Amino acid sequence: MNIVVLVKQVPDSGTQRSLDPSDNTVARAGADNVVNEIDEYAIEEALTVKEAQGGEVTVLTVGPASATDAIRKALSMGADKAVHVVDDAIHGSCAIQTSAILAAALQQMEYDLVLTGATSTDGQVAVMPALLAERLGIPQVSGAQKLTVEGSTVKVNRQTDGGYWALEAPLPAIVSTWDTINEPRYPSFKGIMAAKKKPVETKSLADLGIDPSTVGLASATSSVLDFAGRPPKGEGVKVNDEGDGAQKFVEYLASQKIV
Amino acid sequence: MDADDFEQIRKAVRQLVREEVIPREEEIDLDDRIPEELRGAIADMGLFGYALPEEYGGLGVNMKEDVELAFEFGYTTPAFRSLFGTNNGIAGQVIAKFGSEEQKQRYLPRLAAGELIGSFALTEAEAGSDPAGLRTTARRDGDGWVISGSKRYITNAPLADLFVVFARSDPEERGGRGISSFVVDAKAPGVSLGAKDKKMGQSGAWTSEVFFDEVRVPADALVGEEGRGYSKALTVLSRGRLHIAAMCVGMAQRVLDESVAYAATAKQGGAPIGRFQLVQALIADMHTELVAGRALVRDVAARYDSGEDTSVGPSAAKLFCSEMVGRATDRAVQVHGGLGYLRTTPVERFYRDARLYRLYEGTSEVQRVIIGGGLLRAAGMPRS
Ligand SMILES: Cc1cc2nc3c(=O)[nH]c(=O)nc-3n(C[C@H](O)[C@H](O)[C@H](O)COP(=O)(O)OP(=O)(O)OC[C@H]3O[C@@H](n4cnc5c(N)ncnc54)[C@H](O)[C@@H]3O)c2cc1C
Repeated sequence: MNIVVLVKQVPDSGTQRSLDPSDNTVARAGADNVVNEIDEYAIEEALTVKEAQGGEVTVLTVGPASATDAIRKALSMGADKAVHVVDDAIHGSCAIQTSAILAAALQQMEYDLVLTGATSTDGQVAVMPALLAERLGIPQVSGAQKLTVEGSTVKVNRQTDGGYWALEAPLPAIVSTWDTINEPRYPSFKGIMAAKKKPVETKSLADLGIDPSTVGLASATSSVLDFAGRPPKGEGVKVNDEGDGAQKFVEYLASQKIV
Repeated sequence: MDADDFEQIRKAVRQLVREEVIPREEEIDLDDRIPEELRGAIADMGLFGYALPEEYGGLGVNMKEDVELAFEFGYTTPAFRSLFGTNNGIAGQVIAKFGSEEQKQRYLPRLAAGELIGSFALTEAEAGSDPAGLRTTARRDGDGWVISGSKRYITNAPLADLFVVFARSDPEERGGRGISSFVVDAKAPGVSLGAKDKKMGQSGAWTSEVFFDEVRVPADALVGEEGRGYSKALTVLSRGRLHIAAMCVGMAQRVLDESVAYAATAKQGGAPIGRFQLVQALIADMHTELVAGRALVRDVAARYDSGEDTSVGPSAAKLFCSEMVGRATDRAVQVHGGLGYLRTTPVERFYRDARLYRLYEGTSEVQRVIIGGGLLRAAGMPRS
């Protein structure tokens, strides 16, 4: 069983993040860059499937040279090897362009199951699994909260607002996961020490046979025109309790559509 | 270990502490126990063996690395570190440094994996600061030994699978000579425990008395050379002292962070209390002493690793940092006002937890005796 996990490095969503005003792309320099949080669940799921079925887990990432840290994290959790697509021409690529790069890389790899997080906390477009399924001609099941592999079939409980749908697809397939699917492990000391010795293959656009002019900011299908920070929090509303405090409190919550 | 690997390890420890332990601190304090799943996460990460040799399944950190990890451990309840502290600390180190190859193979991999918990049993009723006065005896009996006596305040005793016990094996000798160390199975007939001690703080970390009533152990329970146990204990204790100094630095950082966050938001007279310069002074003093302590610990650790100073330095670091964290936790309670006196406020808990650091692994007075005596002997003053 060959499992490929797509991992993206993003600025830590728990910290102050911004766009780079020079070209309106995600500001990565100076940010605290980490593995996209939901991707950790995809990595954990890949490791769980591997532990149950045997096989190999390969991490695939498209990103700048510094994304090796994210790869390292996935390898120290227990993935076996990694492919890192890195090329200056990729900077500023939109989701559609990135999917072309990922699909080209996947076509050079062996895979039965491709796992991704449901969305990334920087771009938040959440379309990558669908784009890749289309490009590779394989089924896509998104938003898994439970996953099992039985023979050449992947069975998934797809999380919905009211419950879940039980779906299945023949392998090879691509499945995106939610953070309800498992509890990602922490890297162990042994895993961290072993990660360094695991193979990481670096590929350029040329290696993938992609014309650099078809990707990157200049030819992106969408671009950010303008952006603004979130307005600072207001002073809030003070309710004086004159016996009707609870009433006013509920009215306030209702006015904010909280209740 | 190369710096890059170590940085990953430090980050992993920090993440575990911040995400898994800190949210459970109050629960650990109230229930007086480390939750089972947290013990599992601690074992999975490899914390039970971080200071044990790599060839036996540990990580084999040097003291420079050890103190950086202890800064992280110290940031939360001390009960967290205590759980895996004895395996990496005195009990594990005695076996790692002085045990036979056979003893190392038998115990270290399982200690490192957290499958076994080892406790260090040195202190007795009238042998605390002066352990050379211990009265537990080990009597030769055929091939093996028979151990009798009692130990008190033994960390992790209620969880222990094995004890590293110090006992007088030569009744003719006085003081440090004639003391040997033994690995004793906690289930051996004649080993029994007192009730769990009720302590001022460090809830979740357990201690109790341990009784050895004619406990028969085989010849290979003896660790290292017969009659040389005490000098062994001393070398291992100095490593532990430096580690405790770093734990104190971690705790001081935590109570400083708690105090800064509180002072910046809590209001009196419509303005944050942090606007008052007297509150700023409390914070400034905490910070200044903290950075001094951290620098001291790092410097002493480098000299420990190079072999330049393995005795006076660790004692000086332990003395300064344990006293420093006492002042830091006191100031932190002061910054919090009445809230600082309530059981649900973290700094109240740390105030009680910190008190132990001036007592165990050598009281502050004992550290002064080691420092002063060490300097004077180095200047040529004869031993009494
Ligand atoms: C929570 C906890 C956990 C512990 N864990 C362990 C453990 O795992 N294993 C273990 O073996 N021990 C353990 N100890 C024991 C600890 O190391 C001793 O309590 C400590 O060394 C002090 O000894 P004592 O309690 O006998 O006090 P005493 O030595 O009786 O000290 C009483 C007072 O006399 C002072 N004093 C004593 N001698 C001198 C001197 N020469 N000069 C000046 N002043 C002196 C002391 O500084 C102190 O102020 C633990 C203790 C506690 C409280």
